[in-house]
Amino acid sequence: MTESAGLQGLVSVRNVDKVFKRGSEEIHVLGGLDLQIPEGEFLALMGPSGSGKSTLLNLIGGLDRPSQGAVEVGGERIDQLSDRRLAAWRARHVGLVFQFYNLMPMLNAQKNVELPLLLTHLSRSDRKKRAAIALDIVGLSHRLNHYPRTLSGGEQQRVGIARAIVTDPTLLLCDEPTGDLDRKSGDEVLELLQALNREQGKTIVMVTHDIHAAARATRTLYLNKGRLTTEPEDLVA
Amino acid sequence: MKFLYLVWTNLKRKKMRTVLTVLSILVAFLLFAYLAAIRQSFSQGIDVAGLDRLIVRHKVSIIQLLPVAHEARIEQVEGVVDAVHQTWFGGVYQKPTNFFPQMPVDPEEYIAMYPEVLLGDAEREAWLNTRSGAVAGRQIADRFGWKIGDRIPINATIWTRKGGASTWEFDLVGIYDGAERGTDTSMFLFRYDFFDESRQFGQGLVGWYTVRIADPERSAEMVAAIDAIFANSQYETKTEAEGAFLQGFADQIGNVGLIITAIVAAVFFTILIVAGNTMAYSVRERTNELAVLKALGFSDRGVLGLVLGECFLLTAIGGGLGLFLGWLLVSMGDPTGGSLPVFYIPNRDMLVGVVLIVLMTVVAGILPALQAGRLQIADALRR
Amino acid sequence: MAGLFNWVSQIASIALFNLRSMPQRVGSSVTAVIGIAGVVAVMVSVLSIAQGILSTMENSASPNNAIVLRSGATSEMMSIVVGDDARIIAEAPGLARGEGGALASPELFVIINLSKRSTGTDANVPLRGVTPQAPLVRDRFRLVEGRMFEWGRNEVIVGVGAQREFEGLDIGSSITVAKEDWPVVGIFESGGGLAETEIWVDALVLQPAYQRGNSYQAVYAKLESPQAFQSFKDALTSDPRLNVKSLRESEYYAEQSAVLYNLITGLGTLIAVIMGLGATFGALNTMYTAVSARAREIATLRALGFRSGPVVISVLFESLMLALLGGVIGAVLAWLAFDGFRAATLNWSSFSQVAFAFDVTPGLLALGVSFALLIGLVGGLFPAVRAARQPVSEALREQ
Repeated sequence: MTESAGLQGLVSVRNVDKVFKRGSEEIHVLGGLDLQIPEGEFLALMGPSGSGKSTLLNLIGGLDRPSQGAVEVGGERIDQLSDRRLAAWRARHVGLVFQFYNLMPMLNAQKNVELPLLLTHLSRSDRKKRAAIALDIVGLSHRLNHYPRTLSGGEQQRVGIARAIVTDPTLLLCDEPTGDLDRKSGDEVLELLQALNREQGKTIVMVTHDIHAAARATRTLYLNKGRLTTEPEDLVA
Repeated sequence: MKFLYLVWTNLKRKKMRTVLTVLSILVAFLLFAYLAAIRQSFSQGIDVAGLDRLIVRHKVSIIQLLPVAHEARIEQVEGVVDAVHQTWFGGVYQKPTNFFPQMPVDPEEYIAMYPEVLLGDAEREAWLNTRSGAVAGRQIADRFGWKIGDRIPINATIWTRKGGASTWEFDLVGIYDGAERGTDTSMFLFRYDFFDESRQFGQGLVGWYTVRIADPERSAEMVAAIDAIFANSQYETKTEAEGAFLQGFADQIGNVGLIITAIVAAVFFTILIVAGNTMAYSVRERTNELAVLKALGFSDRGVLGLVLGECFLLTAIGGGLGLFLGWLLVSMGDPTGGSLPVFYIPNRDMLVGVVLIVLMTVVAGILPALQAGRLQIADALRR
Repeated sequence: MAGLFNWVSQIASIALFNLRSMPQRVGSSVTAVIGIAGVVAVMVSVLSIAQGILSTMENSASPNNAIVLRSGATSEMMSIVVGDDARIIAEAPGLARGEGGALASPELFVIINLSKRSTGTDANVPLRGVTPQAPLVRDRFRLVEGRMFEWGRNEVIVGVGAQREFEGLDIGSSITVAKEDWPVVGIFESGGGLAETEIWVDALVLQPAYQRGNSYQAVYAKLESPQAFQSFKDALTSDPRLNVKSLRESEYYAEQSAVLYNLITGLGTLIAVIMGLGATFGALNTMYTAVSARAREIATLRALGFRSGPVVISVLFESLMLALLGGVIGAVLAWLAFDGFRAATLNWSSFSQVAFAFDVTPGLLALGVSFALLIGLVGGLFPAVRAARQPVSEALREQ
């Protein structure tokens, strides 16, 4: 894995289109999009519903492929990788945080955090250690053995973050991480993300509706009708 | 392996459903094992028939008798090692439902012809020294609680005694065991000389002959040679290899094997649908989770493997238990209370059972597994 | 009254609601139906074999007829009745009379080997030596092709069942008995009874061929009326010259078929029970899934005021409907595939083939459907009760 590529940024999205087919209809969600994200940035992506923010996030994280254009992360053209290699790449380089946490209900917190490590060659004890460390970072060591149904929303999301960072990924992608949380829990989660960015230099891309959440980021971009801008567009214009 | 844990916990999600599916599969395999035993018992020992033995009977039908003088003439045929006669006694012990074969034979010769009949030396001596002596197979001895020294009365329905009485009394001098699992140990054997001198009619006539030949390869030749001796005489014969003879007998009962196979196929097909549907349903329910696994980096093949693994675990547990319980049930004895001569599950059928477990996994699980493998992450996550 | 009406309307609305949401659960519902159909089809098919054999036996028996065998004989084959005794028997009271005298037919019963059409291997066929009274005693006897054999000649007639099951029994062929060829000159029916699997010949021709002298094996007699049996029997028992036993034909055939009938019925029931267990598990699975899929909806209904009772009944109703569907499909399948299917098997008591047809009786169909309903009941009861007892708030929260 090559190190960050200077001018180009850790993440380089170039002239990307994304078209969805709904039956016979074609929906152009993204068109000719360009984006550079330097290493160590905490980027917030905002925009109205249906603007394609989640789609863009998915493209960056290798969860989907562009209809056209290039997506390069850490010097690697992920849009050209086969499905199998993309999966392996994802496991190594991307940490995902979801709005609805998406924890496995039948696994306890520790096992949930260990999940991505199953895809590595680490021994059982190493996996356990790493998971414990990750849970410690998010402040939930005391909840190691708890199952998701006995955790509050905020706690579940923090477990989600622990799972996202346990493989020490290049990139942390968060899709509305505070969308389902109350103010207090949401703030705790955002604190955590900020700390990860500032103290550990994690590159974070966060999609959000929430202005307060976006305020925590180092840069905010707005996505509207498939175009990225630095200023929020008026609905009237 | 580490993924086993994942597969296992998935099964624990809906315990009731997992348990019920396993039970359905268990039942299917239990039935498979049990029916295998029943089918085997209807084969009437064809598997253990001697390759070097022929059966010689009256050409018209087996109930026609042959002269005992035939024995010497058969033994004169080149390639024949030995010939022994047997006759169907057809008596009743206590009540008609206590059915077992009874046959007067020449003790020494019979034992020599059927090495799978295991009789102790002392018991054999006793048989040779007791005119009214009889030897019973382990199965009926156990069934009726007979012990050596017992007097066994048998009521003749065909062979009245001189003087008109129909009850024959025998002294039980020995109990024989079978050398193999499939050997018939339900026979009651007594002495031909005692029989011949006591019967009211039919002196010098016997039921059929068992002939041992030196070279099984020459079986067809021997059959023709023996029948040629008696052709156009008053007592024409029909000779067959022992296996063919038993098969013909089984065929008279009807194609039991086919019927049983059909039933088993119906059962399996039904269970397959049940298992397959359960798998499909559980995969559909977990679309979101499977998508998350893929998002985290599990490959398509990995997710496919997970689903197949679940299916295999279900089938293996259910199938394994089913085969085991079936075997247990069969070893408890035959359901008709003793009238089936043999009752056990052949090893070959157990092996088939194991193969079926694997087959069922593949057939029931392949579609849901493929479906899981092909999940598009972005679509699935959005649901 | 209002309470009952309330209940019924609640049940109806939930049931309707259930049915409307069925399409979502088509997969598991179809599974349950198939499972139950399979069980019922197999059960009915196997039991119809036993029924078929029983029917053949019953069709053989006429209420007016009796059989006389040697005392102690369990079947014709084991019995001996000498010619003189047969004459004495024909003089007993209670016998119907025809032109030729009392309707009593002494008969001989032996077995010959013929090749079975279906397997090509040999099987035992009954060869019966009859007297001129025989067709009169068996009042369902009818020649359907060819002619009756000439008395005193080496000619035979064969039953439709025998002709169908065995090779070489068409008109014009011959069977070989005691090294002579006896031509087949006619084919007969006998009301679907055992006689249809037999070959008939003049007893006086058969006796010398088998060195039987002047003896027979049984006497078939037609009584004046069913009630005349007792006096007939008593006369024979009290006669010091005879050592015989008399049975009504129906008793005799019931005995003959007992072993086979019990064996098949026993086996069939065992298989049905085991399969039924499997189907029940399948049904339980389906219903638990169905219930959990709609846990939230059911809870909502209850939160809105619908009572538990109607919920239970509506779930049960669905389960029973599925089971009924499965049961009917299975029963109809068995009927379509097997009713009237002809086969032949070994009759242990005569050690010869008996041809029969699988008989899927209305009774069996009803049994099959009842069994299906039982499965549906068990399969639906537990999930239904569970659905009704789950605390509403918990169910509403359930994912």
